[in-house]
Amino acid sequence: MVTKEKAARTGNEAMAEAMRQINPDVVAAYPITPATEIVQIFSGYVADGLVDTEYVAVESEHSAMSACIGASAAGARVMTGTSSQGLMLMAEVLYIASGMRLPIVLAEVNRAISAPINIHCDHSDTMANRDAGWIQLFSENSQEAYDNMIQAVRIAEHPDVSLPTMATTDGFIISHGMEAIELISDDEVQKFVGKYQPAHPLLNVDKPITAGALDFTDYYFEHRRQIAVGMANAPKVIARIGKEFGDKFGRYYGFTESYKLDDAEVAIACLGSTAGTARVAVDNLRSRGVKAGLLKIRVFRPFPAEEIANILKNVKAIAVLDRSDGLSNFGGPVFNEIRSALYDLPSRPLVVDYIYGLGGRDIFVADIEKVYQTLSDISKSGKIGDLVQYLGVRE
Amino acid sequence: MANIKELTKKNEPLSGGHRACAGCAAPVVVRQALLASDKPVVVGSATGCLEVTTTIFPYTAWNVPFIHNAFENSAANVSGVETAYRALKKRGSFDKEVNFIAFGGDGGTYDIGLQSLSGAMERGHRMLYICYDNGAYMNTGIQRSSATPFGANTTTSPAGKKIPGKTQFKKDLTKIIAAHNVPYVAQASVGYWNDFITKVQKALATDGPSFINVLSPCRLGWGFPPEETMEIARQAVACRIWPLYEVINGTWKITFQPKEVTSPLDWMKKQTRFRHVFQPGNESILQKVEEQVEKEWQELLRQCGQA
Repeated sequence: MVTKEKAARTGNEAMAEAMRQINPDVVAAYPITPATEIVQIFSGYVADGLVDTEYVAVESEHSAMSACIGASAAGARVMTGTSSQGLMLMAEVLYIASGMRLPIVLAEVNRAISAPINIHCDHSDTMANRDAGWIQLFSENSQEAYDNMIQAVRIAEHPDVSLPTMATTDGFIISHGMEAIELISDDEVQKFVGKYQPAHPLLNVDKPITAGALDFTDYYFEHRRQIAVGMANAPKVIARIGKEFGDKFGRYYGFTESYKLDDAEVAIACLGSTAGTARVAVDNLRSRGVKAGLLKIRVFRPFPAEEIANILKNVKAIAVLDRSDGLSNFGGPVFNEIRSALYDLPSRPLVVDYIYGLGGRDIFVADIEKVYQTLSDISKSGKIGDLVQYLGVRE
Repeated sequence: MANIKELTKKNEPLSGGHRACAGCAAPVVVRQALLASDKPVVVGSATGCLEVTTTIFPYTAWNVPFIHNAFENSAANVSGVETAYRALKKRGSFDKEVNFIAFGGDGGTYDIGLQSLSGAMERGHRMLYICYDNGAYMNTGIQRSSATPFGANTTTSPAGKKIPGKTQFKKDLTKIIAAHNVPYVAQASVGYWNDFITKVQKALATDGPSFINVLSPCRLGWGFPPEETMEIARQAVACRIWPLYEVINGTWKITFQPKEVTSPLDWMKKQTRFRHVFQPGNESILQKVEEQVEKEWQELLRQCGQA
């Protein structure tokens, strides 16, 4: 029998709570708004002896991830947390963490990146690092943030994957938003994550290894290819762990979550907290007879292209909500990947992109309803109009 | 004090066959340092000559656990390894005694890695950081660093028609780390192996962070025949441009007094990177070097209570 406890937690508190229950060997972290609380709360756990973790209060995010890499290579279970500029400062070493196949888990709070400096939510930081070889899990609320952190450990450490994993929330919207969530008991979390068994720990002084070696033209490509294999193995592992988590704790996780998509003619695809708002819009439209549906993407890396194409294949028009702008003059990253995923369908839905919510700009139910309205027009006329639009901005 | 007969009986921590230049001091620094440890050693290195010449996949010259991460994070990286060691020991899943040594060149230490080093020293990890100071970015082709001496010709401080080489004096990194009040800080030269190994032994016996800045002549970047590396390293000490000293819990001590003090200009004459400063019209550069060396020596004497 699984012990369940209801508790009020912000996203940050939920992530810190998960970290306490996971009780990693090492946490190296640097504070940054709006992720500060995660490591602040956790360092309190360390100070109170509630965890066995060695906490390294480093002098920058670059050193946070660098120390995480050293600790993980040594053979420890390692976690950290950051946001925005912090993730950007880590960027160089994020790639090294995945290149060295180190299963570090990072609690990432999505926040805008400078300039102008802004502490509020968008997905620019996480999206800027989407090709870093990290598994990326998005959360709609505190409950998912908590559940994603726990699953992230298992996904990252799975020998077929062996890739670092970031579980993300939306800055302030989730990180500071209090909700009732269901907690799993410490014992159950411990049982679920199990003991980390590193394959080649640096600390094995009897069998010395060289980590982080130099590859020339003769080996680099093969090693990069192996990272891609790890990412290709990830979907099976993510699915299995999502199911196991559901079987044990009652909340099942996959790559995406469909809402009223079965007979939908128009659909929105989005990530994170906006899914909650969009669900309300769908209900409103459904009550008015509009066949609206919603696709929430939980796993952005690896990108579930086939699943998305399969789910959206019968929809007539789709709007992708991108909470970051690729500044490519060709739409945001989610739009580009979804649109590409649909390319092989025998009859392709029409797809448009809405860049929205940059720097914490609120998105309202009415905004989303307007998007659905446009989709209905597109669906009827078969004409897209502007491929990429900016939602909620003063022009 | 180290005993060379005993040292020769130890296992070779860094095998031959690596691709460092003939006459490179860095592998000598590594071998001397690792032989000084009585416990197993785990080594980290910044990106740089040492790392690229010893770890070309699928080969490695390292017979001890070795990790390279990036250029600017050798200290943070090894601080992570050391923290994992403490965490795993606390949990009873690791039971050996191990020493941790991080290496970095002057580029990875004086410049791009200074913040990472400062952070690791301040946090108090039980690790030794060794900077093998060859006075420029040698790995990328002899670009100036903040460790490049005044007047030296490098590819980014070239001796041109208007600017005669580097116009700034070398940053005093050893003093900067000493100002962190870590228990053991020293300056050494690869030319005085016993002084250096003894310092490494003291550093590794320290319960806390330690730092050694070891002069590591680069025959390519400095411009001297490869067989003269050790002689150049010793003459830098004799002319007081690179004094050997240590700071133990805040107490400064000169560890080697040259019997015969030579002129820094004699040392410079042996290196092609300074050839231009001996041309007519550059006398003021030579004068400034002599004055600076004397000033720094007097300061060191004061710090050692010998002035």
